[in-house]
Amino acid sequence: MEHQANTEGQQHPIGIYFKIWGLLFVLSACSYLVDYLEFQGAVRWTLILVFMFLKAGLIVAVFMHMIWERIALLTAILMPPLCILVLITLMASEASYTNLNRLMFFQ
Amino acid sequence: MNSQTTSPAQSPLRGLAKDWSSDKDAFKNVSWGKTMMWIFLLSDTFIFSCFLVGYMSVRMTSTVDWPIPSEVFALTIGGHHIPLVLIAIMTFILITSSGTMAMAVNYGYRRQRKKAAILMLVTAFFGVCFVGMQAFEWTKLIVEEGVRPWGNPMGAAQFGAAFFMITGFHGFHVSIGVIYLLIVALKVLRGDYEERGYEIVEITGLYWHFVDLVWVFIFAFFYLW
Repeated sequence: MEHQANTEGQQHPIGIYFKIWGLLFVLSACSYLVDYLEFQGAVRWTLILVFMFLKAGLIVAVFMHMIWERIALLTAILMPPLCILVLITLMASEASYTNLNRLMFFQ
Repeated sequence: MNSQTTSPAQSPLRGLAKDWSSDKDAFKNVSWGKTMMWIFLLSDTFIFSCFLVGYMSVRMTSTVDWPIPSEVFALTIGGHHIPLVLIAIMTFILITSSGTMAMAVNYGYRRQRKKAAILMLVTAFFGVCFVGMQAFEWTKLIVEEGVRPWGNPMGAAQFGAAFFMITGFHGFHVSIGVIYLLIVALKVLRGDYEERGYEIVEITGLYWHFVDLVWVFIFAFFYLW
């Protein structure tokens, strides 16, 4: 937040990009290790989601400059995808119902 | 916040309310081109979300075991059997390309157009590498493993359909991105933007970072889950 976007667009110290770049490398290596070390079950899913959201957050916030944009743009772009959570919930409940029916009547 | 129009003393929430209630000018100093790129990316987010939710549905409903991606995408290099190795390399390539793109945006705004253009060309080169590796992966899966959109020898029949649809659409985005990058890079190199300024590099960058962003989700949900 301390770097003000100056008169010509988004200009920030180049060092911050290197730091985020490095972090993304580390996080990618971590998510690959989740598979390589063969974590299973809840631990695996939690780790995958944590690393995924951290990477996505860093890309959107710094590389796509979202933390330096006005909140009006930030909300307009980042709020609508929350609807997808509703879709995921609906489809997940429908899918488990279908799966149950298949197991009961078509096996 | 870069609040040129509201005083810094105001709370962010008040600034948000003011921006939204100011009729045609909600996004203030955000240019039209950048706003429209963001809106396009938002719509693209929904497209990819629909694919991934569809994939979730078929995977959850299937009573046959889903093929284990870790095994399907393993490669044997120099006698070592390494799981997901190609996908890991592709991930690192895409992140590297995102880094070079961010640098290009920075040099664009510093008006060092040669450096900006070269970094964009490097980004495009990484993009080509990514698509090339994807082509290799598809070929291996189709020819050697016998994966088809309607079935495969490893497990649930829907695996192929979900895989080709999701990675295919992402690969298509990368290919378009490479073309987009090449066009803008050449125009930057020629000095077409000397008068208008180099925001176009940032807008191109938004698209490219988005492609990387989508890959983060595909990597997590399709390859690791």
